[in-house]
Amino acid sequence: MEPFYTTDVLVIGGGLAGERAAIEAAASGHKATILSLVPPRRSHSCAAQGGMQASLGNCVKASGDNAHWHFLDTVRGSDWGADQEVARMFAEEARVAVREMAYWGVPWTRATPGKNSYFIKGERVEIDEPEDKAGMIMHRDFGGTAKWRACYASAGTGHSVLYAVDAEVSRLGIEVRDRMEALSLIYDGDRCWGAVARCLRTGELTVFAAKATIIATGGYGRIYGKYTTNATINEGTGAMLALNTGKVPLGNMEAIQFHPTGLWPSGILITEGCRGDGGYLVDKDNHRFVAELEPEKQELASRDVVSRHMMQRIKDGKGADSKFGPHIWLDLRHLGEQHLKTKLREIWEICRDFAGIDPVKEMIPVRPFQHYSMGGVRVNKDGQAYNMRGLFAAGEAACWDMHGFNRLGGNSLAETVVAGRIVGQRVAQFVDGETLDVSTALTDAFKKEQEARIADWMSRKAEGPSVYDIRDAMGEIMIDKVGIFRTASELEEAVAGIKDLLEQVKTAGLHNSKPGVNPELTFALRLEAMLKLALITAKGALERQESRGAHSRVDFPQRDDKNWLKRTLARWPVGASEPELSYEPVGMLDLPPGERGYGHATRIPLEQSIEDYNATVVEAQKAAGKQDTVEPMGSQIQWGAWEQADTKAASS
Amino acid sequence: MAENIKTARILKFDIFRYNPAEPDKPPYMQRFEVEEAPYMSLFLALNQIREEQDSSLQFDFVCRSAVCGSCGMMVNGRPALGCQTLTADLPEVIALHPLPTFALIGDLSVDTGRWFRSMVDRVNGWIERETEFDRASIEAPMDNATADKIYEADRCIECGCCVAGCAVANVRPDFLGATGLNRIARFMMDPRDQRSEQSWFEVVSDSEGVFGCIGMMACDDVCPKDLPLLEVYSYVRRKAVASLFSSGEDHPARREAEKA
Ligand SMILES: Cc1cc2nc3c(=O)[nH]c(=O)nc-3n(C[C@H](O)[C@H](O)[C@H](O)COP(=O)(O)OP(=O)(O)OC[C@H]3O[C@@H](n4cnc5c(N)ncnc54)[C@H](O)[C@@H]3O)c2cc1C
Ligand code: SF4
Ligand code: SF4
Repeated sequence: MEPFYTTDVLVIGGGLAGERAAIEAAASGHKATILSLVPPRRSHSCAAQGGMQASLGNCVKASGDNAHWHFLDTVRGSDWGADQEVARMFAEEARVAVREMAYWGVPWTRATPGKNSYFIKGERVEIDEPEDKAGMIMHRDFGGTAKWRACYASAGTGHSVLYAVDAEVSRLGIEVRDRMEALSLIYDGDRCWGAVARCLRTGELTVFAAKATIIATGGYGRIYGKYTTNATINEGTGAMLALNTGKVPLGNMEAIQFHPTGLWPSGILITEGCRGDGGYLVDKDNHRFVAELEPEKQELASRDVVSRHMMQRIKDGKGADSKFGPHIWLDLRHLGEQHLKTKLREIWEICRDFAGIDPVKEMIPVRPFQHYSMGGVRVNKDGQAYNMRGLFAAGEAACWDMHGFNRLGGNSLAETVVAGRIVGQRVAQFVDGETLDVSTALTDAFKKEQEARIADWMSRKAEGPSVYDIRDAMGEIMIDKVGIFRTASELEEAVAGIKDLLEQVKTAGLHNSKPGVNPELTFALRLEAMLKLALITAKGALERQESRGAHSRVDFPQRDDKNWLKRTLARWPVGASEPELSYEPVGMLDLPPGERGYGHATRIPLEQSIEDYNATVVEAQKAAGKQDTVEPMGSQIQWGAWEQADTKAASS
Repeated sequence: MAENIKTARILKFDIFRYNPAEPDKPPYMQRFEVEEAPYMSLFLALNQIREEQDSSLQFDFVCRSAVCGSCGMMVNGRPALGCQTLTADLPEVIALHPLPTFALIGDLSVDTGRWFRSMVDRVNGWIERETEFDRASIEAPMDNATADKIYEADRCIECGCCVAGCAVANVRPDFLGATGLNRIARFMMDPRDQRSEQSWFEVVSDSEGVFGCIGMMACDDVCPKDLPLLEVYSYVRRKAVASLFSSGEDHPARREAEKA
C-alpha cells in the first residue's frame, strides 16, 4: 500500500453515519474516501434491530403525528439535556431521511389496510387500518413516544438500512479502505488535515491527507468490558482521535444508556420492539412490576426508567435466579408463533442460537446492559468539532446533541442518516473553499509518532497483567461503579481504580512480537484511550451532582435545572495525567424544562427566566470553542411550534 | 445442552496457522486445549485461546450475534459462523480452517469484504433507476407481501459460507455463488429497480452467473440465515431463461435450456 494518499473528504467510519456523509460529499463532486475497521456492512449499524423513528403517521396509532410531536418526545426523552435546535432539525429531516431510504431500497414493513391485531398494554386489540394508507411505511411502538413512530424492516432494520446505504456507496463508486484503522489525526495548530492509519491486513501505516476529516466511528460501549450490547469493535478509537489533540472536547461522556433487555448473560440485544409489540417484563413471581410502577407507559417508559426499575427489582431480591446471577424475564409467548417468526424473526433466532430457548414457549432471561453512548466528539449543528477547523463528526461518535441524557429507541438510526446528510452537505461546502495545504514534514511527524508507539509496545515483554486483564478490570469497575445507580463514594473508587489501570498500561507488554497485523498489538494500541474514556466517564459522573436521564445519582436524586442544565465538556491536554472538565449551556431552550411524564423524578427548577438563559448561550458556547455555523445559532428553532402538538393529549 | 454436562470436557482445537507476514513459515496446524463451559461458542473459545494461550491468533468477530457475517470459518470441514456454533454441538476434537475461496489474511481471518464489494459491483447490487429522489414527495406505496419477499432475500449477511461450501466456486474464482444469485434475485423482484429483462440477462447469463451453478445445493445446507437458496436459484434461472427466449438470442445457455 502506498504510504501517502490524498483525498478531499476523509471519512473515518463506514457505518451508517460515515457512509451517508460520504455519499453527500461525493454527490457534490468531491472525492470522498472511507476508512473502516471492518468491511462497512459489518459495522455495528447492521446490528440495529427494532426501528428508526420518523413521524410519518401512517397507521391509526400514529395518526396526527408530525415533527412537533417527534421534537417534543426527543427533548423530553433527553431530560432537557438535548440541544433543542438540533432536535428540531432532526425531527423535521427524519421524515425525509426514512423516505430516502425507501427510495434506495430498504424493504420497510408496510401498512396493510383492514383489521390488524396488536398487543397494547397487555391486551389484544383489533384496529382497522385505513385504505388510504395502504402500502405506506408502517410504524411500531417504541419507548418514550406519544405516537407509534418507529419505521422498521422486521427486526433487521439496521441491516437493511446499512445495506441500502452501502449499495449507494458502491453505485457512486466511493472508495472504501476497509480493515484500516485511523490511529491519529494530523493537525497543524487548530487545522485538521487527515489521519494516520494502520492497515489491519499488513500492519503498515499510511498517511491519509484530506481537506476535511469526519469522525463517524460509532459508540464506545466496550469500556464496559463484556457488559454491553455493542459489537467487539466499539472501542472508542474515534473519540480518542479527537481527545488526543488535547483541544477538541468530548461532550457529556457520563451520559451512558443502559438497554433494559440484553440477553442474559451474553449481552446480545433483544430489541425494544419486543415490548413495543406487547412483550411483558416479569419478576421471579411472574409479576408485571414495570407495568405497575409505570401505569401510563408501562413497559414502554423510557429506557433509563425501565432499566432502573429492573435493577431495583433485582436488588430487592425479586430477580429470577440463574447460575450466572439474577435476572428478569421477558415474556413474549402471548404474541404467538406467527408474530414471533415474522415481525420478530431475528429475536426468535437469537434466542434459539444463543440461549437454546424457544420464545414461543419459554420466557427470555434479560438484564440491562450498556447500550448507547449519548456523549462523543462535541460538534456544532453543522457537525464541526469545537476548536479544530476541518474536523467534523457524525453519528453515535458525535455529541451533536439531540439525545441529551437519554436517547429514545429508534432515534439513533434516524440520527445517523439525518446527521450524515446534513453534516455531509456542510463538509462539502467547507471543502469548496479549501486547498490541501499540508507539508510532508507535518504528516511525517505524525506518522513517526505512531511508529514510535508501535515500536515501544513491540519492545515490551508482558510480565505483569496482560492487556486483556487490564481491559477486564476496567469493565468490572465500570459496570460496578459507573453503572445504572451511581453514588459519590463508588464513583470516587472508580476514578481511583481507573487511574491505577492507566499506570499499569505504561508498563504492560505483549505476549507475542509477531510481525504483521498482530491482534494483541492492535488491541494494545487502543487500550490507553479506552481507559481515558472510562476515566472521563467516571469523573464526569462524579462531578455531576444531580440525576438526569440515564445519569442517576442515588445521593442526588433530583434533576437540578438550577445548577446543572449544562453539558459537560472534557479535554485531555497533551501530556496531562487527568482530563479537564468544563461546562457550557445545553443550547437555546424552546420547550421549557418540565416533567417527562414517566419516572417520577422531582426536580429543582431553573431560576433564571428562559430568556435570560438563552441570552447566555451564544457567548458561552463560543468561549467553549464552538465554531461559527453557516447559519446563525437558533435559526432552525421554530419557536413555540411544539404547542401545536402538545395541545392535544397523547393518543396512546 | 452443555449445562447438563457433569464433568466439563477438555476440548481439543486443531487450528490452521499461517501468518503472511512470516512467509518463510509454511502453514501448520496447532493444537490448543480448552475446558468447556456452559453455552460456550467458538467466539468465546477462540477469544479465550487468544487471551490465555497464543495472543498472535488471528480471527474475526464483530457483532458476536450472527448478524454481521464476519466470522465464517470451516468447522470440522463445514462452513459455519463461529459465534453461532456452540461447542456443545461438536465433538471433543474441533478442527478450524479459514474459509476457502477467499483471500487469506492470516490464520482464520479471510478477506470476505473485498470479495463481496466486487460481487456487488459486478451485479450492480443497488436499485437502478433513472429518477432522482424528490425530498418533497411521500414514499411510493408497496404492498407488504412484496416488502416481505424482498426482506427475505435482503437478509443475506455476506458471510461467505455458501461460497466456501460450493464446489463450483472452489474451482471458478469468478463464480458469483449462491449469495450473488440471491443478490440478483433481491433486486429483480424489487419494483423500484428499473432494469430491463435484457440487462438482467447480461448479468446472469455468463458461466459465472446462474448457469455456472451445478445445482447440488450445498449452499442451501450451510447458510446460517436459512436463506431459501434453492428457490432463489430456480427463480433467477427461470427469469434468465425467459428473458433469453424473449430476446431470441443464440447462447450456449439457451441451447442447454432447450435440451433440458
Ligand atoms: C444491538 C444494538 C441494537 C440497536 N438497535 C437500534 C434500533 O433498533 N434503532 C436505533 O435507532 N438504534 C439502534 N441502535 C443504535 C444504533 O445502531 C447505533 O447508534 C448506530 O448504528 C451507530 O451508527 P454509526 O454510523 O454512528 O456507527 P457504527 O455503525 O458503529 O460505525 C462505526 C464505523 O466506524 C469504523 N471505525 C471505528 N473506529 C475506527 C477507526 N479508528 N478507524 C477507522 N474506522 C473506524 C467502524 O469500522 C465502523 O465502520 C442499536 C445499537 C445496538 C448496539
Ligand atoms: S447449488 Fe451448488 S453449485 Fe450452485 S451455488 Fe449452491 S453450492 Fe454452488
Ligand atoms: S446466502 Fe447465506 S451463506 Fe451465503 S453469504 Fe448470504 S447469509 Fe452467508
